[in-house]
Amino acid sequence: MDHKEKLAQQFITALPHARELGLTVTRIGDGHAEIAMPYDPRLVGDPATGVIHGGAVSTVMDTCCGAAVMSHPKSTGVTATIDLRIEYMRAATPGQTIVARATCHHITRSVAFVRAEAVDDDTGRPVAVASGSFTQEGR
Amino acid sequence: MPQPEPVQVVKQRRDAALKALVAGVPYIRFLDITFDRRGDELTGVLHFSDRVIGNPTLPAIHGGVTAAFLEVTSIITLSWAYLWPDIESGEIDLTDVTPETMPRLPKTIDFTVDYLRTGLPRDAYARATVNRQGRRYASVRAEAWQDNKDRLFAQATGHFLMPGKRGG
Repeated sequence: MDHKEKLAQQFITALPHARELGLTVTRIGDGHAEIAMPYDPRLVGDPATGVIHGGAVSTVMDTCCGAAVMSHPKSTGVTATIDLRIEYMRAATPGQTIVARATCHHITRSVAFVRAEAVDDDTGRPVAVASGSFTQEGR
Repeated sequence: MPQPEPVQVVKQRRDAALKALVAGVPYIRFLDITFDRRGDELTGVLHFSDRVIGNPTLPAIHGGVTAAFLEVTSIITLSWAYLWPDIESGEIDLTDVTPETMPRLPKTIDFTVDYLRTGLPRDAYARATVNRQGRRYASVRAEAWQDNKDRLFAQATGHFLMPGKRGG
């Protein structure tokens, strides 16, 4: 990990709500990011099944997309979400860590475009996919 | 003409049902979201604390929390609208509900959030409107604001899969 990537990792893990969720940056750089969210009973949305609430999945997706933007070589390093759409494909398996992977696939002077997916242990079948647009500030 | 129900009975029934619906979900407690009720109209309240901050330098509410707040408000408002007739008729009694007997909540199919302004470090409010609720699918939109109702800081639209009438 180079200096810029270390800074991005430190920045993400310093976000109070990211700490609250126990998020860890497992990979970052070159417009790609991977963030893990461990299973936590406090995040359950369906008490009958123990499945994590979609809102927590949204948060790890949003954080991961922002991290991917920040790590892009052409990024100013300052970004905010303009729009984020999430499609929930299946319930995450209770007890398993959710891992989000995001790619900033296009960036202009003012906007960054990102795609992401979230998986649990069954990495071949995504739990959710997301796409969003983000600001590029400070130019 | 039958006597109308005493006001305390009506309020007790509705408040108990709403409390049961909300208290059963750990994630709603985790985010410290509560619901105000006026008749059948619900307003979600996201109680601010340092725990929901995303960017600490501004400071601002985490975008993921804003999305979650809108999604929670959408799901509870949709369930509430869907269960309302059965709560009113007495067919569903949520007074002594447990996680096992609680009505199943709608499942999110997709959810799109439009971020309009920075979420400031103070309480936020949200209301959801059911655009259409069919037997299997529902379309819901939600709006969130802080100081001024006319200056939304986020809005969202989502689609949901309705649970079976019992269990399902």
